[in-house]
Amino acid sequence: MSALLSVRGLRVRFGDAEVVSDVSFDVAAGECVGIVGESGSGKSVTARALLGLAGRQASVTADELRFDETQILDASAARLRSLRGREIGYVSQGALVALDPLRPVGREISDSLRLHTSSTPAQRRARVLELLADVGVPDPELRAGQRPDELSGGLRQRAVIASAIALGPRLIIADEPTTALDSTVQAGILDLLERLRSEGAALVLISHDLAVVSRLASRVLVMHEGRIVESGPSASVLAEPQHPYTRRLIAAVPTDRPRGTRLGPTPAVPAPAPSPAPAPATPAPATSLNGNSGVTPVAGRDSAHARRAEARTPEFPSTPVVVAAGLSRSFGARLAVDDVSFTLQRGRTLGIVGESGSGKTTVARLVLALDRPDSGDVRLLGKPWSTATERERRPLRPRVGAIYQDALSSFDPRKTVGQIVADALTHGRSQRAGVEVADLLRRVGLDERVMNRRPARLSGGQQQRVAIARAIAPAPDLIVCDEPVSSLDVSVQAQVLDLLDELQRDLGLSYLFITHDLGVVRHVSDEVLVMRAGRVVERGATEQVFGAPQHEYTRALFASAPRIGGDLDLWPVPSVGS
Amino acid sequence: METAALVVVAFLALAALAPSVLAPGDPLAIAPLDSFQPPSLAHVFGTDESGRDIYTRVIHGTGASLLIGIAATAIGLGLALVFGLLAGFGPRWLDFGTTRFLEVLFAFPGLLFALLFIVVYGPGVVTSTIAVGLSTAPGYARIIRSRVIQVRTSPYLEAALVLGRGRPSRIVRHVLPNVAGSLFVLATLGIGQSIVWASSLSYLGLGAVPPAAEWGAMLSAGRTYIASFWWMTFFPGLFIVLSAAATTLLGRGIQQRGRES
Amino acid sequence: MAGSLNVDLVAGRSRPDPRPGARPDGAGTDGAVTDGADTPSARRGRLIRWAALRLGGVLFVLWAVATVTFFALRLIPGDPAEAILGGPGSQASAEALAEARAEYGLDQPLFTQYVVYLGHLATGDLGTSYALRDSVASVILVNLGPTLLLALVSLVTALVLALGLAVWSTRGGRVAAAVGSLLEIVAAAVPHFWLAISLILLFSTTLGWLPPVSVPGPLGLVLPVLTLAIPLAGFLGQVMREALLDAMESPFVLSARARGEGDGGVFWRHALRHAAIPAIGLVGWAFGSLISGAVVVETIFARQGLGRSLLSAVQGRDVPLVIGVVLVVALAYMLVTTLTDLADRVVDPRLNRVSR
Repeated sequence: MSALLSVRGLRVRFGDAEVVSDVSFDVAAGECVGIVGESGSGKSVTARALLGLAGRQASVTADELRFDETQILDASAARLRSLRGREIGYVSQGALVALDPLRPVGREISDSLRLHTSSTPAQRRARVLELLADVGVPDPELRAGQRPDELSGGLRQRAVIASAIALGPRLIIADEPTTALDSTVQAGILDLLERLRSEGAALVLISHDLAVVSRLASRVLVMHEGRIVESGPSASVLAEPQHPYTRRLIAAVPTDRPRGTRLGPTPAVPAPAPSPAPAPATPAPATSLNGNSGVTPVAGRDSAHARRAEARTPEFPSTPVVVAAGLSRSFGARLAVDDVSFTLQRGRTLGIVGESGSGKTTVARLVLALDRPDSGDVRLLGKPWSTATERERRPLRPRVGAIYQDALSSFDPRKTVGQIVADALTHGRSQRAGVEVADLLRRVGLDERVMNRRPARLSGGQQQRVAIARAIAPAPDLIVCDEPVSSLDVSVQAQVLDLLDELQRDLGLSYLFITHDLGVVRHVSDEVLVMRAGRVVERGATEQVFGAPQHEYTRALFASAPRIGGDLDLWPVPSVGS
Repeated sequence: METAALVVVAFLALAALAPSVLAPGDPLAIAPLDSFQPPSLAHVFGTDESGRDIYTRVIHGTGASLLIGIAATAIGLGLALVFGLLAGFGPRWLDFGTTRFLEVLFAFPGLLFALLFIVVYGPGVVTSTIAVGLSTAPGYARIIRSRVIQVRTSPYLEAALVLGRGRPSRIVRHVLPNVAGSLFVLATLGIGQSIVWASSLSYLGLGAVPPAAEWGAMLSAGRTYIASFWWMTFFPGLFIVLSAAATTLLGRGIQQRGRES
Repeated sequence: MAGSLNVDLVAGRSRPDPRPGARPDGAGTDGAVTDGADTPSARRGRLIRWAALRLGGVLFVLWAVATVTFFALRLIPGDPAEAILGGPGSQASAEALAEARAEYGLDQPLFTQYVVYLGHLATGDLGTSYALRDSVASVILVNLGPTLLLALVSLVTALVLALGLAVWSTRGGRVAAAVGSLLEIVAAAVPHFWLAISLILLFSTTLGWLPPVSVPGPLGLVLPVLTLAIPLAGFLGQVMREALLDAMESPFVLSARARGEGDGGVFWRHALRHAAIPAIGLVGWAFGSLISGAVVVETIFARQGLGRSLLSAVQGRDVPLVIGVVLVVALAYMLVTTLTDLADRVVDPRLNRVSR
């Protein structure tokens, strides 16, 4: 049986840049093919090109781009229009603006019907309700009349899917359909797509998330910089990747990787700067047990910065860094944080995991004293923190740092990288900052030439490194990390996590690590708190919680997270010991 | 397009600072026999009712006219800064009060406030300049206020707090520089508008009066002769359009650049 | 939305900014964002509350404006009675002065005067214009119609022109875009009087197609309307073009095309409404700008109207008339702004959300 969709030698150029090079693959009816790639890999452009919607500035060529009997590149505009929506459905990420924000979603869905069938408004309306129920939207009557901003992310995504499948297309192209959704919601969407496939549609599933793709796709294509670097049955590609990029990609996924192992390739050691004065070699402040730590850049050790970190040996090394007791915070009628307590010891990482609305960000803000708890208190390094006035807190502030999900917006847009980091350093002191700043930048793996650039010109990973440099500049004891890697590509994420790990060992840092990503939290944390609706539902050593979750919510949460290999069982205890 | 605007602005600046370079004649020199001459080789822009060369007068009037525009903008922005900062920084009640006050001022659209002001204090260059400044102030104040609020609530301000910066330090190091950036754009956009409004008032006879070689004054004089001697009003008006368009283009160009970086 | 500074300058309202957040979304339960809080009766309740608040706001501003004008009269240097009769140095007769004093209660304590003044306003008595020997109210009534007509026709013309300009410059490629952009900037920088003169020169003196002064009938309306509409169209065009471009590049247009929607459908069903939003927000301001433009335009084209009366009142220091016109215009302006706010909510229902 010939393939439903056949692509040979697809190339897409924007001006001089070739964004998609020589892509070829087939998709048969009832088959799911996954395309995996990070940002810039060309996967989304490929998806749009299949529909003939690559854009006015794109020049698309191919030896063959065939859907069923139609050659897409030769087809007339009218023919393409009749294909789209009717034979080929496109599911995009369900962001707020994936559907017209000014129109009710019901209208958007019925548009497909209006364009391709002759039907009365009443018939269309009935069909819309049918479709919404079909994709699992409860209370379709109400929802059809609502606008996208009135729906939650999961419902929005379902509405997008409904508008794409309205006419039962034979091919469905789904571009990042589950990104930015909570894991439980994600699982539901993937189930829906799987069902559509089993009903006979061909599915092209595009995602940066290997686990998501491996769950549904029987065959997978790995794209990197516009080319397909590897392809084959998903099981074998994921179990025995051939291409180095695929291997890196899989290695970078933190799920199942024990604490302390390196996720990314070892970085090139930056050339050590000539130290101003020979300093005695300082031993690494905190020891940790691991084998694969890789090369640690020696340059950082001799720096003034590391010396300062050493000099600030804590008076009582056994004092916990943070003690939170009975924290509660409400916003109006909503109880965001409900009786949360925990202790963070020096040199350890406490992970807080939960879905959106669980209150974890509020906890982070309370620990940073950006917000005052309604009841309960936070003590930092044994001293009162949340109960103190800002003035009393100020001398302690350099001991706490923070990094956020959106590093760029935490930078003053008028400042250069050098100024941003120096700001954290000098803090009223003199201008000797230059050397220290260069030091710090090298420490986090950035070339010191980055100093004079604006952060907006850097990549996401580089921006996060700058944020880390700023955070460690005053030699803090604690860094609060609020979803620091959630918007980064997997391979970049791996590098940043490795960096954080390294810094923790070298500088004796403690981390409060907040995330929704189960794989990440498992990899980085010594202890973990699971939060839901403001409460801590489970806590304990990471491996204990993941190995044998007690609370039913925890179990449901773990079960819903897609993992490479598609195993839906409970998370096994990893065999790699420390 | 921005280069064209820059060239125009440079030309105007030259005309303002060293008019004799571009127009060696005397703007006040009367030659009654040559009055009401249409544009010709001898008089590129023609002559007015007293035979004065209009081209010379237009060039020499650039300085005064631009000054009026700049003064009005300065008044408007100065006031706006006070109100905008008060509203943006102050406690809730101050913000509320100031916004209500601005709303009231907004109820006088466009020239109406200026006209009211002139009715009270009489016509003239000074009053019309102040009037235009006052009329533009509420608009700027609203923008400054929302910019202050936007900056105050931004993540990088919080990051500064986490680093341990005190309030005054945060304001000086982060808020003010970021607000000042918008101010500059506002100023360039505003100068053009102020020149237009001030000249409109002069045209109506409420602003500058002849024999001052100022564009508005020339308009005022030419008012009566529009039908027959159009060049008396046309050319000063053309320069007004050029100045306003050039400064607006520049302002938008700066705004674009700011957004891209 | 790429809102230029000009739009902020004028509309001054911050739009709800739909940021497709990178944070996971879904509240874990796949439940609704607006659970039950959005029943039709709740929505009605909110609308009523909003309307009541607005009404209160309008009344407050009107009262404040009246107070400002009250003090404006008394700020004029010299004897207020003289000011009423045409300013200091008007050489009014003693009886006239006495009459004025009696009517405005100038011998009374300030507070009484104020109350009397407000009382007069409430009943629609705006005082007397001694220069015109008529009550201010009747002068205004006579002139209001023609000015409103002029303003309305100009507004509609400007909107049509702006839309045309925006569409043409987005469809026509890069050259069209650059030309359109330039036109818009220049149009917005042109003073009304200069445009009027140029138009008269072109269409009257040179081509002879249209009369240089306003004559009764539609022909006499053309040049005044063009003079007012062109600069406004320039400004509105800028705004609409940006919004249009934004809309055409957005994900929901891609979704629409992926459903099989063609260029026409995309424009009429989606992009147009998005482009209209900022324009509607600006209508209130546009009205104000048109009224102040009318002062110049009516004068140049010798057209009867409020603008022209206002100007001669200012030139002749006919203070009661000036105050009267200002008050009426303020009232009209507030009404228009309220109407446009309402229209705004109809076109963009996102503004009706619970939290603002």
